[in-house]
Amino acid sequence: MSERRSLWEYANPRKFMGLSGTILPWITIAGGVLLVVGLIWGFFFTPDDYRQGSTVKIIYLHVPSALMAINAWFMMLVASLIWLIRRHHVSALAARAAAPVGVAMTIIALVTGAIWGQPMWGTWWVWDPRLTSFLILFLFYLGYVALWAAVENDDTAADLTSVTCIVGSVFAVLSRYAVNFWNQGLHQGASLSLDPEENVADIFYYPLLVTIAAFVLIFVALVLLRTRTEIRARQLRAYMARERMQ
Amino acid sequence: MIALLLRDLKIAVRAGGGFGLGLAFFLIVVVLVPFSVGPQSSLLASIAPGILWLGALLACLLSLDRIFALDFEDGSLDLLATSPLPLEGIVSVKAAAHWLTSALPLVIAAPFLALMLNLPAAGYFWIVLSLLLGTPALSVIGTFGAALTVGLKRGGLLLSILVLPLYVPTLIFGAELARRGVNGMDTQTPLLMLAGITFATIALLPFASAAVIRINLR
Repeated sequence: MSERRSLWEYANPRKFMGLSGTILPWITIAGGVLLVVGLIWGFFFTPDDYRQGSTVKIIYLHVPSALMAINAWFMMLVASLIWLIRRHHVSALAARAAAPVGVAMTIIALVTGAIWGQPMWGTWWVWDPRLTSFLILFLFYLGYVALWAAVENDDTAADLTSVTCIVGSVFAVLSRYAVNFWNQGLHQGASLSLDPEENVADIFYYPLLVTIAAFVLIFVALVLLRTRTEIRARQLRAYMARERMQ
Repeated sequence: MIALLLRDLKIAVRAGGGFGLGLAFFLIVVVLVPFSVGPQSSLLASIAPGILWLGALLACLLSLDRIFALDFEDGSLDLLATSPLPLEGIVSVKAAAHWLTSALPLVIAAPFLALMLNLPAAGYFWIVLSLLLGTPALSVIGTFGAALTVGLKRGGLLLSILVLPLYVPTLIFGAELARRGVNGMDTQTPLLMLAGITFATIALLPFASAAVIRINLR
């Protein structure tokens, strides 16, 4: 009988360690190379914007990090659902590993935005819907990470944080609409969309795509690395417990 | 369920239950505001809806960890969880008891504190209405937060970190409703959104709260 292969095989920590160990160096190298290429291309080989001058170039850090800050939360939501439904430990650990990376992405997006906003809007910070909802997202991340750190039993922590992630997602979306209603914004519309009319000019667009790809790869690499570290730490704890038993 | 509600109310009202603490906190917050921003009546009147909402929210937050902590410590939460009542119903009753003992006094006290902040008389109705409509959501969301942190040793601070971001939509629409009502603007959108948030959280969040209590009691 032939073995049925499916994605769920990688829920087995051993299988996961094997696959992630093989692909991790490649993803890391690809992400690093793409980041260097994209940033050099964006910083030195694109013209200055006719109104914004050279400050426009912060887009190569700001947009990818903002994108990944949201997608990291989404990935945590999917991983939490998988953990609650199918009880795969790797899934819970991946959600746990993604959270601090998401925090870092949110901070990068907020800080680069502030640095850009100072010369362009004349202020570091405005209570604009997009900025405010990002700040709220940051608070959600903090609560999630704090809850993981506070609960001692690993499985309990995974369960509690998963429910928190699901409830938090609903409230994060709600907050997004609430702040939209609450204040009109300074922040421009989407820089990237399927509608070519709305997009930034092609000359900025292609290097931006490269840095976005780089951020995605770096995010995946960091999450894999952190998940692997956590699996190793648990193995170590199990070995030490076994040793004490003897 | 009614017996449980009465029991919770009795515990809260009797000595050591902490009844009135939230009210005193609300009063102190509102009294401190003129000291920090200055006593000009026009300024106070314009920020009064926001101050009252923020004060009520913080006062609600203060009493959240009492919802389950005492029952968890003396084991009655285990008894409740194994009783024939559905756990979803129990957490709903707990939220209702919290609202009756912590939030309702704030709603009743709000007009008197609004008086101290020089709010025009036309605004009292909107302050009371927005608080009356919004505070049940605060209690239900807070019950979820309390259920999450029930087994933790130092859950108090974590509870606020978890609950405050969840309070954002309620605060925005509640304060907006009060502000618009006071200024005589159109109030329909925030009114409907606030009511929607309150009823949706009452309907849905008890399931999440019951789920996390089951996890915590495991």
